[in-house]
Amino acid sequence: MNIKEICSEINRLARDLDKKSINIMEVCGTHTMEIARNGLKQLLPPKINLISGPGCPVCVTPINEIDNIIEILKDYDVSIFGFGDMIKVPGSSSSLAYEKSMGKDVVICYSPLYALEFAENNPDKNVIFIAIGFETTAPLSSVIVKRASDKKLRNFFIYCTHKIIPPALEVLLKDKEVRIDGLLLPGHVSAIIGSKPYSFIAEDYKIPGVISGFDPGGILQAIKMILIQLQQKKSKIEIEYKSVVKEEGNTVAVNQIHKVFQIQDSMWRGLGNIPKSGLKLKPDFSEFDAKLKFPIKKLNSREPKGCECGNVIKGIKKPDECKFFAKSCTPDNPIGACMVSSEGTCAAYYKFYRIKY
Amino acid sequence: MCLAIPAKVIKINKNIAEIESLGIIKEVDITLVPDAKIGDHVIVHAGFAIQIIDKKEASITEGYWKEFLEKQ
Amino acid sequence: MPAKRNKNDSLQAKVINISHGDGGVKTGELINKFILKYLKNEILEKLEDSASLYIEAKNIAFTTDSFVVEPIFFPGGDIGKLSICGTVNDLITTGCTPFVLSLSLILEEGFLLKDLEKILMSIKKTIEEINSSNNGVGLRIVTGDTKVVQRGFADKIFINTSGIGLNQSNIEISPSKIKVNDSILINGGIGEHGLAILSQRKEFNFKTGLLSDCAPLNSLVNNICKASDKIHAMRDATRGGIARVLIEMAQASKTTFEIDKVKIPIKKEVRGLCEFLGMDPLYIANEGKMVIFVESKDAEKVLEAMKKNKYGKDSQIIGKVVKKGQSIVVLNTEIGTKRILDLHYSEQLPRIC
Repeated sequence: MNIKEICSEINRLARDLDKKSINIMEVCGTHTMEIARNGLKQLLPPKINLISGPGCPVCVTPINEIDNIIEILKDYDVSIFGFGDMIKVPGSSSSLAYEKSMGKDVVICYSPLYALEFAENNPDKNVIFIAIGFETTAPLSSVIVKRASDKKLRNFFIYCTHKIIPPALEVLLKDKEVRIDGLLLPGHVSAIIGSKPYSFIAEDYKIPGVISGFDPGGILQAIKMILIQLQQKKSKIEIEYKSVVKEEGNTVAVNQIHKVFQIQDSMWRGLGNIPKSGLKLKPDFSEFDAKLKFPIKKLNSREPKGCECGNVIKGIKKPDECKFFAKSCTPDNPIGACMVSSEGTCAAYYKFYRIKY
Repeated sequence: MCLAIPAKVIKINKNIAEIESLGIIKEVDITLVPDAKIGDHVIVHAGFAIQIIDKKEASITEGYWKEFLEKQ
Repeated sequence: MPAKRNKNDSLQAKVINISHGDGGVKTGELINKFILKYLKNEILEKLEDSASLYIEAKNIAFTTDSFVVEPIFFPGGDIGKLSICGTVNDLITTGCTPFVLSLSLILEEGFLLKDLEKILMSIKKTIEEINSSNNGVGLRIVTGDTKVVQRGFADKIFINTSGIGLNQSNIEISPSKIKVNDSILINGGIGEHGLAILSQRKEFNFKTGLLSDCAPLNSLVNNICKASDKIHAMRDATRGGIARVLIEMAQASKTTFEIDKVKIPIKKEVRGLCEFLGMDPLYIANEGKMVIFVESKDAEKVLEAMKKNKYGKDSQIIGKVVKKGQSIVVLNTEIGTKRILDLHYSEQLPRIC
């Protein structure tokens, strides 16, 4: 089926569904961006609402974590390595990008392997890698920590803010303010964890979920599959992205995560504390934990007053319903994480939906 | 953060594979896909291959995948 | 003892040192043995404080640019070539012929003299290429300056070039001339310069055959202006990519453009690297790309003329000016949807030009 055919099917199914509106949440920030970049909403009937979810790791990292990392940078002689977005996110009063411009050693890298290699080649420097991301990225952090351990490195650490997706989805499904009819599930997180961890969505909450790829055809196909389930009044977890996602996922990667990390409760910006939704280094690897090695005083972090990132992450508010959007909060001068992250909902809106044509 | 792209494995040396995607060659770590062989297509994320692509399934779907495989 | 001193002397002789900048004997050596060796002409060799010029033109164009690119030698070019092409390409966008240049060098103590020579040779060769099709005008560097700073206070070499161009025709080429229905053309693949530089950064570790598109476009522009007298505007796309040029031109002309994404030439490797890094080629720097606005009836003729030029083989008509009033750039995507190109979107690529 080509895109035109998939779209007519979507239109037909939506028309025949006895619902005033159909809310589909795209969980993953990359999906939000691809939908926006390709103008996919223009191909969908107005009945279908695509709601952006919390699948943007930088967006859901509490401001306190950014403040902590900046405090470590100020109190100790360390080199911080991280992905580009994380460097730009504003904390309560500073950002890593600002500290970098003031002379602190902050390095943007494409892969955690670069941080590890740097640590090996510079034994006199303390290297902290900001380990952020969901289950797509957690296995990578596990590999480099294990490798650091095997090589007996004394100068390599990670600041772990990894989170896992399924518990956050459950919180959203339980939330009465959030009305979801179907879930577009993240493609690459699922490449790691497979489809089984999502079964509670279909079994307990009776909501269809489809794991989707990132090309326009794949996303539209997945939306069609959700509509077919709604039509048949069924609910199951299906895989559109079959080329990459197997039911059992990547068991090597999952085992790697469990070798190095244990599950703990975790604070999500906008969603609050979610039990068993974060990762922490196991005691065997605690020597690589930057939080233990570089203790800092407790900080009073403040969310910027009036910032609606929390509600945007939950899908309750659209970015243009935030009073700062496109006025005092822009990609070059962000107030909240949703605007600065390359996958943030506000950033997607600003880049692709702000100007009407 | 879910950014990952398809690439073809052209060389393997222990846990490092040389991969090629649209004319760009890079070394990636294949620790997470130990069964990857030369000629396989893999999904690459932040310097690691995270899954082997099922070519049969990929050729069925539209879009970037099909274009990518056809160009190889 | 004497042997040791000779060895030190010969090491010292290989690099820039502070005395090269003190205005004395060493400065004279730098100018005579290096700068004049490669760039000599009857004005520059006078070494006067300012160059006396005689100009006969309806009006002139004047521009300046500084270059701090890192690395200074990159696939497809170097900072010397870049400094000449950058300024010349700015001058020719209003239809002017490049006439004279100034060249200012800030050199770091310890900078290798052999690298300086390579850069000066590259500047010389670039000027020679420009003069092979410069409407009978011999472009020259007529004035300049050199400064030396201590180690660590500059990165090897920084260059500033300023330039004057002569407008010898009656035709006005400027964004204010852009009209509804004008065709929009580009002379080839986008994003190559920025990514060629990026591919050299050690933290990225990509192997690619991508070369910077750094090139002097005066011969291309001459061909374009010969093919049609209905060229309304031109702009070279540098930092910020073609997105920035299109947005700026839409704002300057207060018109709306529609661009077809599928028509924009993008090399396979550019797409590949952008996919890896999550970047958009539309926003990545170029150093040899010109965006042309021409009356639609002449578009095909101009396209043919561009394709015949060595820097225009992959030229394409990429869109058109659709209406007056709203200053926006609409992109028609590959799947038939539309989206707006926005300026507030910076690619974090430091020191690419």
